[in-house]
Amino acid sequence: MAVVDQQEAAADTTAARREKVKQRKAKTWRDRWPPLAAVVGILVLWELIVVGFEVPTFIAPGPGEVVATMVERWPMLMMNLWPTALESLAGFALGNTIAVLIAVGFVHSRLAERAFYPIAVFINTIPIIAIAPILVLIFGNGFTPKIIIAALICFFPTLVNVTRGLKAVNPATLELMHVLSASRWEVLMRVRLPSSLPFLFAALKIASTTCVIGAIVGEWIGSNVGLGALIIEATYNFRSPLLYATVILAASLAVVLFTIVTLLERRLIRWKVDAAAV
Amino acid sequence: MGAPALAPAANAGADDLALRLDGVTVTFDTDHGLLTALQDISLSVRSGEFLTMLGPSGCGKSTLLRTVADLLPVSGGTVSVIGRPASEARRARQISFVFQDATLMPWLSVIDNIRLPLEVGRGNGAIIEAPVPAEELLAMVGLKGRERALPHELSGGMRQRVAIARALICHPKILLMDEPFGALDEIKRDQLNVELLRIWQETGTTILFVTHSIPEAVFLGQRVLMLAANPGRVREVVDIDLPYPRDLALRDQPEFIERAAHLRQVLETC
Repeated sequence: MAVVDQQEAAADTTAARREKVKQRKAKTWRDRWPPLAAVVGILVLWELIVVGFEVPTFIAPGPGEVVATMVERWPMLMMNLWPTALESLAGFALGNTIAVLIAVGFVHSRLAERAFYPIAVFINTIPIIAIAPILVLIFGNGFTPKIIIAALICFFPTLVNVTRGLKAVNPATLELMHVLSASRWEVLMRVRLPSSLPFLFAALKIASTTCVIGAIVGEWIGSNVGLGALIIEATYNFRSPLLYATVILAASLAVVLFTIVTLLERRLIRWKVDAAAV
Repeated sequence: MGAPALAPAANAGADDLALRLDGVTVTFDTDHGLLTALQDISLSVRSGEFLTMLGPSGCGKSTLLRTVADLLPVSGGTVSVIGRPASEARRARQISFVFQDATLMPWLSVIDNIRLPLEVGRGNGAIIEAPVPAEELLAMVGLKGRERALPHELSGGMRQRVAIARALICHPKILLMDEPFGALDEIKRDQLNVELLRIWQETGTTILFVTHSIPEAVFLGQRVLMLAANPGRVREVVDIDLPYPRDLALRDQPEFIERAAHLRQVLETC
């Protein structure tokens, strides 16, 4: 009797679990269908307008044409994606590393902060489009100027955020470290850097998309490979479907980088900063 | 009683001083000129004593505690902790501090937070020897089984227990507590008061405890140091001659109420 009861109970729980999974799936579907429907709707509308008003392809191609070009020219698109991806990543790494190092310097020396912060602000105010030709003149046509432009565009948000993050430590925590006779290095490694991680990742999310912009802008000037060069070429030759395909690819690159940063953040930051806990 | 590692120093004689302040004056340079936070404070605290400190805001209770912890320099007078300058006692891990915030590292587990004092300070001359096993401390503060939890998964009271365990890991001779239960609700605060008395008796450490609460000051302390403000100075030292162990029911007894009433009267003149 008891055995039967147990079996029944077990069956009940599996049934309940299955029901739960079903509910969760239904919920995911409920969350996902509106944006999906919106995207499909916009694409259909776009195609209808292009076909209905007989818009010439060179002015605005329909989504069908863009997809067809993408499939047809895939190897060529990939050949141009890699240089841009490499420049973006190298610029991302370079710009953010320098920004973090300078932020650490700022936190440890008021003098350094007072001396160099205005310069950092000034560099940030120069439009990236305006500085690109200068860098191309100095560094030539290779990867270097593109990497530097991508690095420059990442640099400032990270510098500001990480400086703030390194300083946003509870004063009592610093007092604790003093009572423990901790050195400045120990305070940096065990308190300041870990507590600045959420600030760093906020900046890295911005940088993950802007570094692609930097690389592309760099490629606009005197370059014959890369998505930026392809955009210029496609525009001048009125190859609009190719232009659209390139733009979609560039956006996808940024989305991939953004997703990687977000996943990394989720792995690294498992704690919650709540005012009473720090 | 507790394990040998936690036993009180066997030879803590009556004339053993944990803390001695002689004419301590602390001034701050502010935008409005020189501010005297503490003026001519002289005080002796016996080894193993529980001293509570009470006074209006701005009377310099926290300043006094920070001076003992070598967090603030004195402008005049001398501070001697276990017969040596505060900075030396600090490096020898004889001083521990518990703040109003638990000041836990949010990314470290409970057990790693408790062990933090063993990980830092050697480069600056800290002497760290024969710590209390962290598991033992965890049991003492009633958090057995939560060693892998992160601070945000704990309640405010539990976080403060972790902070107390962390403060005890190096056998401090003197434990400085700056309104450690000030942010907790009254039920948790009462509970932790009882537990703190038990921990004090198990470890035999000297405790200086700053509080805003008259009942807390009377319930915990063997003596209450009452400070007056502007400038911060000693108003009166009141003996609380009630036997230990004390339990919460004591608070309803006439002898408790009488002493609390006396403190309240003194406080009104501070």
